[in-house]
Amino acid sequence: MSLKSKLHELKLKYQGKKMAPAFNAFHTFLFSPDETTHAGGTHVKAADDLKRTMNTVIMALIPVLIFSMFNAGYQHYSAINGFPADFSLMNDFLTWDNFWIGIIKVLPLVVVSYAVGLIVEFIFAVIKGHEVEEGYLVTGMLVPLIVPVDTPLWMLSVAVVFGVVIGKEVFGGTGMNILNPALTIRAFLFFAYPTWMSGDKVWVYGARERSEEILAGANVDAISGETILGYLAQNKGAEMTYSVSDMFFGFIPGSVGETSAFLILLGGLFLIFTKIASWRIMLSAVIGSLVMGLIFNQVVDFGWVGESSKFYGLMSFDFWKHLIVGGLAFGIVYMATDPVTGSQTNKGKWYYGFFIGFISVMIRVFNPAYPEGVFLAILLMNVFAPTIDHYVVRGNIKRRMNRLKNATIYPKDSDGKAEELKAETV
Amino acid sequence: MALLSKKDTNLITDPLADNNPITIQVLGICSALAITAELKASLVMAVSVMFVLGAGNVVISLMRNIIPSKIRIIVQLIVVATLVIIVDQVLKAFAYELSKTLAVFVGLIITNCIIMGRFEAFALANGPWRSFLDGIGNSLGYGVILIIVGFFRELLGSGTLFGIPVLGDQIEKTGLYATGYENNGFMIIPPAALIVVGIIIWVQRSRNPALVEEN
Repeated sequence: MSLKSKLHELKLKYQGKKMAPAFNAFHTFLFSPDETTHAGGTHVKAADDLKRTMNTVIMALIPVLIFSMFNAGYQHYSAINGFPADFSLMNDFLTWDNFWIGIIKVLPLVVVSYAVGLIVEFIFAVIKGHEVEEGYLVTGMLVPLIVPVDTPLWMLSVAVVFGVVIGKEVFGGTGMNILNPALTIRAFLFFAYPTWMSGDKVWVYGARERSEEILAGANVDAISGETILGYLAQNKGAEMTYSVSDMFFGFIPGSVGETSAFLILLGGLFLIFTKIASWRIMLSAVIGSLVMGLIFNQVVDFGWVGESSKFYGLMSFDFWKHLIVGGLAFGIVYMATDPVTGSQTNKGKWYYGFFIGFISVMIRVFNPAYPEGVFLAILLMNVFAPTIDHYVVRGNIKRRMNRLKNATIYPKDSDGKAEELKAETV
Repeated sequence: MALLSKKDTNLITDPLADNNPITIQVLGICSALAITAELKASLVMAVSVMFVLGAGNVVISLMRNIIPSKIRIIVQLIVVATLVIIVDQVLKAFAYELSKTLAVFVGLIITNCIIMGRFEAFALANGPWRSFLDGIGNSLGYGVILIIVGFFRELLGSGTLFGIPVLGDQIEKTGLYATGYENNGFMIIPPAALIVVGIIIWVQRSRNPALVEEN
């Protein structure tokens, strides 16, 4: 007897018991369940159930995660020894030393995020007596990728409990939430523990300890772990040593998984190709951020904002570079496209995405306290997504009503063609 | 003879739980969000509202038969405004620092929906003694929630209770802070109060399913 049929028997045995949902979750996680809809009644047949959708997103995230593990080490050693003079991918980046830092710093974040989040999900499933939903599989992977590498694990646990309970379970669980749970967790961390979420000490492993040693008088030669947006917000763009290819491929400090625009782009193409994520949202968000960036560039070109202005650094930043620094690319590809919290209508997706890009760049530039406006922009648009959909649907109804009023209806009711035409026009 | 009859006792105990002004009637939320970052401010606010509502209910109840119903709202406002100014002046005289923390919110007791709500719903139709009990009961219900919210917000947000550090010294890294614990800055900002009140409502409703509306 195979393991699968054994599990199925156990499932039948424990049906209706208190712990059944928790057990069933393991079962469906490992195998596809035996129960299927009966042959006669089903008209829509699709293999992309929730589990497969989630797994596809995770597959798109795996390269980003692996890259981020190497990058954690690369940034750490570069901060101590200085950036390598002539960078070679194999010798300086994809090394065992770098990966080891990733294992001891990034992997625990992933493990804690999944463990805490799934425990909360299991508890709620048992209390409410419904099945454990797969929603947390993606959230659990996104969370470690959008926090700084030095985030203490207990903070992450508190935030995950908050995000899953307040962000999702109180609304009724997966599929019912208004706000993206991963971003709720990020927002909670940001407002609860701002000193661990921003500044120049948190983006590189060990930067905080080193700065304390320097304060204590130790002679440590360390490079500041400031992010690119951090430099620009302080009008120190000239001191920055990162090239455009560094920014694009992601050899820069930042939240764990947000740095490599290249791999995020690949992941995004993969998601579009598999039709998991909406290309409309991604494209319109890119357009939105470019438009806002272009407006700021123009403002600088006209001379309305001088170099002495505190906005100069970010405003004069080439508009297209906004897409390859900070979390904008990551947010657009993996967060904005969340099918639950985003707009549902095709037309609505254009507005929704556009404003995410537009507002992200706006917050970046105008509020140096939030150099990372992406999560705020997406949360804001999450709240507005149902309103956008409402007006899109209303607009459709109105247009069709007009069409109906103007439609020529044949005088004879018996004329079959009249009915046909009417059906077509309405 | 008991001090309070069964009916009178209910006037005080009902608003504490199943008819709570904040969690059930969802009144007075504004001040509950604004001043609960510190326990001391919550307590003072609760006492102030208790004075205003208790005294106001009695006054309105005494005048209930002579107030023309067309101008009753104006009369009620004048009564509340008088009482609020008394509270405000007393606070300024005896607790100046605290009155600065509470700032405009003492003045805004006037607009606290609980007060006008009780005047309209109870004091206009009941005698002074019962109105007094009703006022005390409702302000107690309001105060209890304020103090619960204030307790959690001050404890988690600042690590203090009534301004006294209870979790150790944050700068010297003693007590809980030695383990790497940090204050939760989120609890200081007003949205946290909304979430704490929400959790209280959640707990209350899951304990007593009769409170959950049908639909």
